[in-house]
Amino acid sequence: MKLSAQEYARRVRRIGPHSPLGMDCLWAFGVGGCICLLGEVLRQRYLALGLEADLAGTLTSCSLIALSAVLTTLGWYQKLAAKAGAGSLVPITGFANAVVSAAIEFKSEGRVLGTGAKMFTIAGPVIVYGTLAAVVYGVVLWAAGALGVALPS
Amino acid sequence: MNYFWAFCVGGAICVAGQLLIDLTSLTPARILTGYVVAGVVLSAVGWYAPLAEFAGCGATVPLLGFGHLLAKGVRTALQEEGAVGILTGGLTAAAAGITTSLVCGVICSLVGKSHDQN
Repeated sequence: MKLSAQEYARRVRRIGPHSPLGMDCLWAFGVGGCICLLGEVLRQRYLALGLEADLAGTLTSCSLIALSAVLTTLGWYQKLAAKAGAGSLVPITGFANAVVSAAIEFKSEGRVLGTGAKMFTIAGPVIVYGTLAAVVYGVVLWAAGALGVALPS
Repeated sequence: MNYFWAFCVGGAICVAGQLLIDLTSLTPARILTGYVVAGVVLSAVGWYAPLAEFAGCGATVPLLGFGHLLAKGVRTALQEEGAVGILTGGLTAAAAGITTSLVCGVICSLVGKSHDQN
């Protein structure tokens, strides 16, 4: 029997395990929202200590990253991620989880080419293309400034 | 109210990511990379700063906020230091988050054991 690609995809969808979209989105919303809420609680605490807004934001990110690192080491973040999907992937804690879990997972391949290199499997592309986009933006801003064109700030 | 909007906006940004996972074949690495680049673009057109003002950590904790941080860093450095700020601003602003992740990664690899990913 010959199947077209579309027909095959349709059958796989029907027979394969269901991943109900509504449920996935609800989990992502709840868990992602809670992580952001926790961040906001921390930020308000730091602001209440009299820190400047920028510093409070930086400390909030660092706190969430450290928390995610601890939960990843204990193996709890992975359990949460299995349910929460993008809810645990998209916040900064997901970035930290990607770095820390790779660092632990690949230490059997050595400190340098295992831990040191594999930490950047996901963090690397994020930093590379984020920085690249920021540099392009900087060049555009700079050129606009040189030509006297006003851009939104 | 701060907390309410942080929850809702942060949750909504994660739902957008979940839709990308479920409805497209994008891998998590591509989604994260896309989010950071999108954050730079949204910040560049001037939409992200008002959202961050409104939703606080709801906007800054998702990786879109990391892109916003990079763009904001370049913008500020460009004003304060001139053209060299294009090269220094982004990573300077993001330094604390990246350094914390890397240091935590190495420390945790010393104490942690490999877990089943599920």
